[in-house]
Amino acid sequence: MTLSLGLTSVVHATEGVALSSQESASRRLEIVAPFDIKGADPLLSGILFQRMQVVETLVDVDAKGELRPGLATDWTVTDDGLEWRFTMRADVHFHDGSLLTAEVARQALEIARGKPGLLKSVPVEEILAQDDASTGKATLVIHLSEPFAALPAYLADYRQQILAPSAYDDSGTALAVIGTGPYRMMSMSPPLSLEVAAFVDYWGEQPDIRRARYQAVSRAEGRALMTESGDADFTYSLDPASRQRLRDSPRVSLASAPTPRTLLLKVNANHAAFNSSDVRRALSLAIDRTAIAQVVLRYPEGASQLFPPMIEGWHNAALPALHQDVIKARELLEADGWQVGEDGIRHKGDQRLAVTLITFSDRPELPLVATVLERQFHAIGIATRLDITNFSAIPAGHHDGSLELALFARNLALVPDPIGTLLSDYAGTVEAPGGDWGAMGWHDVDFSAELARMAREGHAASDNGRDPRREASRVLQDALPVIPIAWYYQNLAISNRLESAQVDPWERSFGLSDLRWAP
Amino acid sequence: MNISSRLLQLVMVVLMVGGASFLMMQSLPGDASWRIAAGRYGYDALDAAAAASVRAEMGMEASGGLSFLYWLGDILRLELGTSLITGEPVWNEIRHQLGNSLSLAGAALGLSFLIGPPLGLLAGLRAGGLLDRSLLAICSLLRAIPQFLLALVLILLIAVEMGLLPAAGHGEAKHFILPALTLALGLAAVSARLARDAMAAVTQTAFHDFARWKGLSNAQTFWRHGLRHVALPLVTYLGLQFVTLVEGVVVIESIFGWPGIGHALVHAIFSRDVPMVQGTALVLGIGFVVINLLVDLLGRQLDPRGVK
Repeated sequence: MTLSLGLTSVVHATEGVALSSQESASRRLEIVAPFDIKGADPLLSGILFQRMQVVETLVDVDAKGELRPGLATDWTVTDDGLEWRFTMRADVHFHDGSLLTAEVARQALEIARGKPGLLKSVPVEEILAQDDASTGKATLVIHLSEPFAALPAYLADYRQQILAPSAYDDSGTALAVIGTGPYRMMSMSPPLSLEVAAFVDYWGEQPDIRRARYQAVSRAEGRALMTESGDADFTYSLDPASRQRLRDSPRVSLASAPTPRTLLLKVNANHAAFNSSDVRRALSLAIDRTAIAQVVLRYPEGASQLFPPMIEGWHNAALPALHQDVIKARELLEADGWQVGEDGIRHKGDQRLAVTLITFSDRPELPLVATVLERQFHAIGIATRLDITNFSAIPAGHHDGSLELALFARNLALVPDPIGTLLSDYAGTVEAPGGDWGAMGWHDVDFSAELARMAREGHAASDNGRDPRREASRVLQDALPVIPIAWYYQNLAISNRLESAQVDPWERSFGLSDLRWAP
Repeated sequence: MNISSRLLQLVMVVLMVGGASFLMMQSLPGDASWRIAAGRYGYDALDAAAAASVRAEMGMEASGGLSFLYWLGDILRLELGTSLITGEPVWNEIRHQLGNSLSLAGAALGLSFLIGPPLGLLAGLRAGGLLDRSLLAICSLLRAIPQFLLALVLILLIAVEMGLLPAAGHGEAKHFILPALTLALGLAAVSARLARDAMAAVTQTAFHDFARWKGLSNAQTFWRHGLRHVALPLVTYLGLQFVTLVEGVVVIESIFGWPGIGHALVHAIFSRDVPMVQGTALVLGIGFVVINLLVDLLGRQLDPRGVK
């Protein structure tokens, strides 16, 4: 049940008698997902509190990835791009009863700026709060040292969630989750469970689901079994095999939507073999994306480029699609001087084309895909050793230069505007090119400058129709500093007890407040 | 019972478990600051800045040996340090998680004693009979099946097919049953055989024949003369069962989403959370010493011969 626009609805029943309010209030929704609860601080598990709609950010995102008002109702920027003014939503209360003011938001953002996160890379000079007690109007003013058009998108990141002052200790660490969302925290038992209840003073519409419990179950099979046995009403992140199995279950419906996440092969362009774009292209041509997507991931298609179609603007339909062509791959390697040896592996002089591919098992599909890649690379004469380890080995290997190949799924919308991910992964300097999860040993001065310009000035298409986002996609497709393999889908199972379930393609919310009990 | 030798044993356990877990964590490959940052922030948010901030915060350039000495100093002050991932005191986390594990282990032990020894005693009374042979086959099967497989079979049968119990989860009494049953069946498979062998041996003794000869019924003979002899090997086995339980709990907690010490230990090792690993291993080590002590004390009560 997948819509190409990225929003999926599951409706089980539209007619019938609604539940009594008492019955509805006493029912508890059971949510199961793989994320452990590490602590109250936004840095640790903030994304989960955002998904549970306990906390909110100044700026929110709609299903198409467009920015929309959150705790700020609107925002403006001066012509020089240096002063941003965010009008704070009036009459918003935190779960402890205190009032949201510009000063409270300022304090929360200052705390976030002091911690690791994307906001550190924004050229913020100072943040000011303007609270007018007589009119009740509150404005947050952010002064930048240089223009940065992507600022509102950065403020939508979960690490910039606005908590009540009482949530923090003296060092700025959040010890409690006191947000403004439609649900308030009732209890939290790290690492595996928490419970929320509807917040009666919420500024927006009251949700139909009044109580919900979140349970972390790290094993995909465990989540599927809970779904199948009726213990879970809403199951997040199903693996391909479980999805097949649950398809026949009478208890649940499945929902699926593309997400802004792509399965990538990171290539060390400093490596003697991969410093040639022809060899990187040979690697790409060796990969049967369709088979990997359909057989291993059970998705309809592989990735024909870095950005999936759901990321409008950045997806460039005019690009020639990445595809498999083993004969062409072998020709490219031959032309680059790599000859097949007696053991079927290529060599150039005394150098053998044997590399290590790092991946990890947190996402259960990765080792499977890595095994397929090993065979497909072997078919063009590249010996590949698999190293399935902790995911931190990938950025660590990037920094000490030891990484050769790495397989992972990259979120291209860490902030809702992909420019955030592109800046961190593909911009940089000659001395420090690329980023931990992006290009390694590949640097394009013009491309980096253009990314910086887009972050500074925005990336609207020019009058002559030239869209800088599509141009950026073309540069990455030509140089292949990373090799896209498949676009990701988020798979959910929703109990027949529920209706109106939706998949948030931007992975920011479980959509609790939109759910309703089926009559 | 020499209390001072037990105390010495306890100190040795603290030093050896703490030292071994510390050395093992230090010898693991890879940069610990990356691992810790990965454990804290998850992989979408992991970057060099996050790892650098962890490194600066932990003072990781300091010598490894020095941090072990700090840890020993903490132990002397009865402190276990702070988790590198959550920032919570290790003791708070262990207390919470150990409580969950102990309640699960206790339920499993209780259930195994309700299942294993009674069946074993019945089989032992008629050694070689149908029940005895059937029990041998079932016990062999249960011991041969890995616990994770047994867990999945039980989930599929009882939770998915029959819909009687939750497949996983924690927080309500019904959540105890399947994980405790999984652990208990493995334990009962052995305790049933032990009870059967002990009972069969007792029925062969002269005092058993004499008791029957003087007119006591089978049940009277068992309660007055047999039980104590059968209990001794079972109580000794109780101590060994604790080891099996700890091993089993690590696997079972992961499958059933149980927030216990097994789950915590696995995650602490993945995230290179050295204080949590040391603290958890230490508490488990002390647990072994205490259990052994209790088993010895109970053994002396059951068999006071030789006690001066």
